[in-house]
Amino acid sequence: MRRSVFIAGLAATLLLGMGALGVGQKNFVASAQPETTEVKIDNFTFGPAALTVPVGATVTWTNKDDIPHTVVSTDDPKAFKSKVLDTDEKFSFTFSKAGTYPYFCSIHPKMTGKVIVQ
Amino acid sequence: MAGKVKDEILHDHNQDGVDRRGFLKCMAWAGTGAFCVIQGGVLKSYSLSRLSELGAKEAMGELSFVQISDSHMGFNKPANPDVAGTLKAAVDKINGLSVPPEFMLHTGDISHLSKPEEFDTVDQILKSAKPKDVFYVPGEHDVLNDDGKQFLERYGKGSKGGGWYSFDKKGVHFVGLVNVMNLKAGGLGTLGHDQLEWLEDDVKHLKPSTPIVVFAHIPLWSVYPEWGWGTEDSAQALGYLKKFGSVTVLNGHIHQTMQKIEGNVTFHTAASTAFPQPAPGKADSPGPMKVPAEQLKSVLGITDVNHVQGQHALAVVDSSLA
Repeated sequence: MRRSVFIAGLAATLLLGMGALGVGQKNFVASAQPETTEVKIDNFTFGPAALTVPVGATVTWTNKDDIPHTVVSTDDPKAFKSKVLDTDEKFSFTFSKAGTYPYFCSIHPKMTGKVIVQ
Repeated sequence: MAGKVKDEILHDHNQDGVDRRGFLKCMAWAGTGAFCVIQGGVLKSYSLSRLSELGAKEAMGELSFVQISDSHMGFNKPANPDVAGTLKAAVDKINGLSVPPEFMLHTGDISHLSKPEEFDTVDQILKSAKPKDVFYVPGEHDVLNDDGKQFLERYGKGSKGGGWYSFDKKGVHFVGLVNVMNLKAGGLGTLGHDQLEWLEDDVKHLKPSTPIVVFAHIPLWSVYPEWGWGTEDSAQALGYLKKFGSVTVLNGHIHQTMQKIEGNVTFHTAASTAFPQPAPGKADSPGPMKVPAEQLKSVLGITDVNHVQGQHALAVVDSSLA
């Protein structure tokens, strides 16, 4: 009795797992780059400078530089604006609408990036 | 130190008693601690170590002030874990000058993160400097989070708009400009329409023989645009100053000394009292540059400026903290 329950459970797990794999696989095939919602700030650069995410994704910027930076939308009105991020501080924003969102560091305006939401 | 500069006037183009080539030669050794003064049309040079031998009148002329910059109070990374200590060393250097400067200019990035305690610490340290008057302009690190409200409350009394102002000392006209607000993506420093209009009006009625000193955080000439080391609309500002026989522009932001002479305008940037930055293009980015601990004080510094009444150009001398 126990063994059959065990086997049933295992089968269910496997099926679920395969189902999940299937979903993951579909997304992987659909987008050209691996899904990532992280932007690393280092050496006066946003990396990656252009990030594509699906609608509803949350992007997190982490400052790994030894100087503070900000993440400020260049749209008017601003779509988002972080406070000053010192080393290791983070800022997150959830993109609920499709579109292209250019931004820059308001302290070092030569630093620019964009998030493409689709 | 390099050989003594010739004392005679070689080419007095403007008939104002200033020999530009001699001046340039002298400026070239400013980094080694040379001290140049124009007195009676003759360029005299002294090494800083000999300053104590000179009488005050002989050495300094009539107006003397000091520029410090980029104290970045609150910075604590490896490039300098003790920016309060190096600022104190800068104050000691200022207090050790043989002729005490009348006042100080701070060309911005007083604080590192615009925190109240950071401004408080700088105010405290500067209290022990002999020159009691300090004139400030903000750096981009001083106007974070609040569009400069705190900076203006602390240092902006009597200033206009984003914190610009002017004052006179012994016949020299000083103009403090703000080029770190409303920065646009991909852009450089910016002065903006209102400030430029104010500047045009401010200098309109001054005699062309009035020596002008302009001080602002980001360089007003194009040092290295790729790193944001320049000001988009500075040409318009300089246009308003074209009529003057002597214009000295003092900036900070780039954490190294640099100089350029263009006609009657001498552009000069000061070292930081906190940490150095790489020379243009010599690194991936303009971040804090680490040097061996024992070398740190030699790449930080102050700038001593002197004006002799009747002579147009100001003598600008950098000295490092060690």
